Amino acid sequence: MALTLMKGSEALAEAAIRAGARFFFGYPITPQTEIPEYMSARMPEVGGCFLQAESEIAAINMVYGAASTGERVITSSSSPGVSLKQEGISYMAGARLPAMILNVMRGGPGLGSIQASQGDYFQATKGGGNGDYHLLTYAPSSIQEAIDIMMFAYDKAEKYRVPCLMLADGIMCQMMEPVEMPEMVDFKVDPEKKTWAVTGWKPGDDPEKRAVINSLFINTEELSEHNNLLQATYREIEKNEKKWEYYKTEDADVIITAFGTVARIAKSAVDEMRDQGIKAGVFRPITVWPYPYEALKEAAVSCKAVLDVEANEGQMKEDVLLAINGTKPVEYFGHCGSQMPTTDEIIAKVHEMMKEGK
Amino acid sequence: MSVVFEKTSYLTEKPFHYCPGCGHGIIHRLVAECLEESGMGEKIAGVAPVGCSVFAYDYFNCDMLEAAHGRAPAVATGVKRAKPDTLVFTYQGDGDLASIGTAEIVHAAHRGEKIVTIFVNNAIYGMTGGQMAPTTLVGQRTTTSPYGRDEAWCGAPIKMSEMLATIPGAYYIERCSVDTNANIIKTKKAIRKAFEYEKAGKGFCMIEVLSPCPTNWGLNPTEAMKWLEENMIPYYPLGVYKDKGADEK
Repeated sequence: MALTLMKGSEALAEAAIRAGARFFFGYPITPQTEIPEYMSARMPEVGGCFLQAESEIAAINMVYGAASTGERVITSSSSPGVSLKQEGISYMAGARLPAMILNVMRGGPGLGSIQASQGDYFQATKGGGNGDYHLLTYAPSSIQEAIDIMMFAYDKAEKYRVPCLMLADGIMCQMMEPVEMPEMVDFKVDPEKKTWAVTGWKPGDDPEKRAVINSLFINTEELSEHNNLLQATYREIEKNEKKWEYYKTEDADVIITAFGTVARIAKSAVDEMRDQGIKAGVFRPITVWPYPYEALKEAAVSCKAVLDVEANEGQMKEDVLLAINGTKPVEYFGHCGSQMPTTDEIIAKVHEMMKEGK
Repeated sequence: MSVVFEKTSYLTEKPFHYCPGCGHGIIHRLVAECLEESGMGEKIAGVAPVGCSVFAYDYFNCDMLEAAHGRAPAVATGVKRAKPDTLVFTYQGDGDLASIGTAEIVHAAHRGEKIVTIFVNNAIYGMTGGQMAPTTLVGQRTTTSPYGRDEAWCGAPIKMSEMLATIPGAYYIERCSVDTNANIIKTKKAIRKAFEYEKAGKGFCMIEVLSPCPTNWGLNPTEAMKWLEENMIPYYPLGVYKDKGADEK
């Protein structure tokens, strides 16, 4: 298949359509506005629906409604907008609705900046909205990888009946890369499989098939039962869906942990350090929830130290520490003002660690 | 013996949890009867609010969704856009629709969303135990306006039907009441008409229904009906605020 040069935001939007998404609800916010713009032109071409909502709050609730019918639905936003969506996301997790939510991260807190950041790691992986829930969360580091994830993410979301979050950033959506765009998936709602969905029911039909899309369980025993079911689902996801990449970690003395765009910078730093004779490698989680703790632990067995590099104040370091569990020193380097760590800075930090004997 | 009247099959067998004298029971029945009469069969989906009628999904015998507080019109939008042939309605109280959900209802009307909203206005927050709502009358005592609603402090009650009627996308807006048998019949006619408009793909329809809340008004059911007539109807006049269907004729 031919490679096409595409902007990240447009490639992600097109990939969602290729994966069967026919409903997009969103609200303009930098740096992801090209996604709704693309969808507004493209959805009518494929018989889909693009609707600009009055707010991110309304958009995610439209997603809730459309996803209830079993269709493949997507919304995209950037950090402050994703904060507004958290209420709806929590309700969707509670009501067990599969859908795709795209967060093109920018700086925070508050309005922050419009440049790329990784400041929403905690929000994405540790909750965000109220209650005991998780989102199956992917953090791609290239446009091609984001496309490839999009192509199977709906299957996963539907298999487990969970909302899926794609954690991208402003750089990924604004840059262009050559990509291979997969063929269109032929998706149709199967009411026999999605017995939970709003697919039509009238009095006299099988009572089990009446759709009640709901996250309210006023009786505490019922809520416990429901939440235990959610937790059992999360354990299954943890067992089956962890994804990660090892980059030159096999003989590494220093393992750099990084996700998304920052992992690419870390890889460049590793290549330069290898030329200097420093054995460095990168461990990159592709799912940030569930976090691949065991894979990181395994990679770090023979290294001397771990360096966590992020475009935030070190939010993922908490998961790195859990994986390493005190067996190796773990350092952090990064910026939390929408500045990307550079290869030179990463290399300098590794030199400093080596000097200190870490 | 011949059957002269039957409960509509669009209500489940579950007993209502509503207080004695509450209007929700009447309004649920009217809506469910209109759903049955619509002839839409299995192509019906309702969206329940947060408030006293939060369990509406247990009572309406059709596909149902429970929305976050105030978001029912957005949720209904998602369902309607995905299933345009389905009759979609929201059932909301005044805290849900006139306070936390103002953006969602205004923009559903603004888009001319082809849904029906049943707006039950009892001038108070019922489920949380009688707090002041945007619809609470001036001077009305509630648990958060213990000295009576002070207009200078928190404004005069909001009139949603009048406000929504100004929006070009709104197709049919009527305010009704369930205080008398005659008004109950009128309410049913209005709900039926709204569903007919939705079936015809016309546009956004809302039926506001003034409804008593004896428990939180501190009155018995009979006194509550009287209070509604003497206090609510003068401030919230009954009638058609917009009917593009009638205008087109």
